[in-house]
Amino acid sequence: MAKLTLLLLGVLVGCALGLVSAQHEARKLYAAREQAQSLARELNVEYGRLQLEAGTWARHTRIAEIARRKLGMRVPEPRRVRSVRLDREQAR
Amino acid sequence: MSVATTSALVRLPVWRARLVLVLFLLGFAVVAGRSGYLQAVRTAFLQEKGEARYARVIEVPATRGRILDRNGQALAISTPVKSIWAMPAELEADRPQRAALAKALGMRSSTLKRRLAAGVERDFVYLKRQVPPETARRVAGLNLQGVFEQREYRRYYPGGEITAQLVGFTGVDDAGQEGMELAYQSRLAGTAGSRRVIKDRRGSLVEDIGAIRAAQDGHDLVLSIDGKIQTLAYGALKSAVRRHRAKAGAVIVVNAMSGEVLALVNVPSYNPNNRAKLAGGRLRNRALTDAFEPGSTLKPLTIALALEIGKVTPRTVVETDAGQLTIGNYTIRDAHPARAMSVTQVLQKSSNIGAAKIALGLPSEAMWDLFRRVGLGTAPQLGFPGEATGRLRHYRSWRPIEQATMAYGHGVSVSLVQLARAYTVFARDGELVPLSLVRGAGVVDGEKILSTETARAVRAMLEAAVQPEGTGPRARVVGWRVAGKTGTSHKLVNGSYAPDKYLSSFVGFAPVSAPRLVVAVMIDEPSAGEYYGGVVAAPVFAQVIMGALRLLGVPLDAPPEPLELPGETDHAREST
Repeated sequence: MAKLTLLLLGVLVGCALGLVSAQHEARKLYAAREQAQSLARELNVEYGRLQLEAGTWARHTRIAEIARRKLGMRVPEPRRVRSVRLDREQAR
Repeated sequence: MSVATTSALVRLPVWRARLVLVLFLLGFAVVAGRSGYLQAVRTAFLQEKGEARYARVIEVPATRGRILDRNGQALAISTPVKSIWAMPAELEADRPQRAALAKALGMRSSTLKRRLAAGVERDFVYLKRQVPPETARRVAGLNLQGVFEQREYRRYYPGGEITAQLVGFTGVDDAGQEGMELAYQSRLAGTAGSRRVIKDRRGSLVEDIGAIRAAQDGHDLVLSIDGKIQTLAYGALKSAVRRHRAKAGAVIVVNAMSGEVLALVNVPSYNPNNRAKLAGGRLRNRALTDAFEPGSTLKPLTIALALEIGKVTPRTVVETDAGQLTIGNYTIRDAHPARAMSVTQVLQKSSNIGAAKIALGLPSEAMWDLFRRVGLGTAPQLGFPGEATGRLRHYRSWRPIEQATMAYGHGVSVSLVQLARAYTVFARDGELVPLSLVRGAGVVDGEKILSTETARAVRAMLEAAVQPEGTGPRARVVGWRVAGKTGTSHKLVNGSYAPDKYLSSFVGFAPVSAPRLVVAVMIDEPSAGEYYGGVVAAPVFAQVIMGALRLLGVPLDAPPEPLELPGETDHAREST
């Protein structure tokens, strides 16, 4: 009888310790998740900023300007343009 | 004896022991009752109170949706910034610390003091809103009690002045104030969520309790605008407005198949990212909110009606009285006087007298009905705030002279968008297409207003109007057949026509063989000498429509005589 009591006591203590460590583990994981989420938010912010930057670099006026000035590009003379029609259905 | 006395002393009355016992029991009962009360009855309240010591509700902010052009290019994006606020009562800072705070925020010490004083009763005051991240970091570095930062969103507009009036902008509270930002506020905004959490002593989160209400981010809004065409139209309009020293101008490009507005530009414009010195006039989306007397651009409608009810054919000859026609005490004049011209020539040479005479032969009810059905006098229902309805009086109140002048666009007022929409009738074989500022699914069905034959006949006349004998030869482009009508009208100032203030316009479409685009141009008060629509507005039309047709890859319907390309000759030589 006493042995059984002792055994159960041992089990009880084990369970209690397990609970504590599980709780601790849960909190640690929660903190990690929280951190990951805040990282995700930050990356999202960064993404937005980069999108904005890309938008600024890809402004049509800027591209047209570079094409004209730096690359010396210009619209071809209409007489030098050939249109090629693939197929009646596709051309639509 | 002694024993007896002792026992007599010890032998206290029984009631005293009982009394003590009862008191103890009562005490226990009170304690048990109280604990029972707390545990069973007040438990919810107490738990709540306890939770309040460590649980916090934190707001999960929602991001405002982006505004994109039809190709996915961003026209408006939100990025988070910090706002600095303070609780004046809790602010513990001595003089040098306050000075450091003011310096970090980039404001004067006196301004800071005033802000703090203003917020004393409210317990909350913004020191500076929407500061850049470096500023926020510097303020946090001061480590002051009672100064906090808050995450907010700031809206950026990569399109800048090119899309300014169309996209609009948001206020400091991230709510739309102008343009599409205002029109689609509920769709863009999203709703903030919240979560209940347990925070530990150091302020870091320990765990979630209770339900999490997820933040609903705002939806993206995809406009019908094509960024490239928009840029092209803005450039063309801006240089024309500068060259003719005009007060303002607007251009609209409409896809005749789908009714989508591909470009909608206004000059003068402003930079929506920096609205410090913003004047009211620049904010207006003139193409939508301003109504003007369209002038000759309305003639094709009059003539279309005359053709439709069989009054005239394109070859019918109209007496034009050598350029002067008097009705009552009002005289109508022509810029290119002639004795008589065909109906086609009336449109081609933009004869006011010809149009007036044709109109006088039409029932006023039918004329009013056509004008109304192509959308004059009713808002175009684009969902844009402040759309002009224009003015179209009921036919019962028309006098004959008014019916005559209305034939060439006087006494009615329209917005540029209404005008462009009305011309879809000619571009679409008689169908009026509903316009849209949001990207749509493709070809839409229109409302049949005119017969196909009439629409095609007017189209042929409008093509004649841009030939060298017409009023708008400068609207022509190489490679595609275009058609359109010039308009020049005196501006109304205080109820009468100003002799020296003009409004030049051009509305047209291309390619004539299968119209894809309708373009309308309006230039307000050109004051560099030239003012005819054919000189001021038509070149802008040509520039815009040619660029747009090329960008959209519309097949040429009037290919110029091709040059022999060097590559082709080589190829030909090789193959022979």
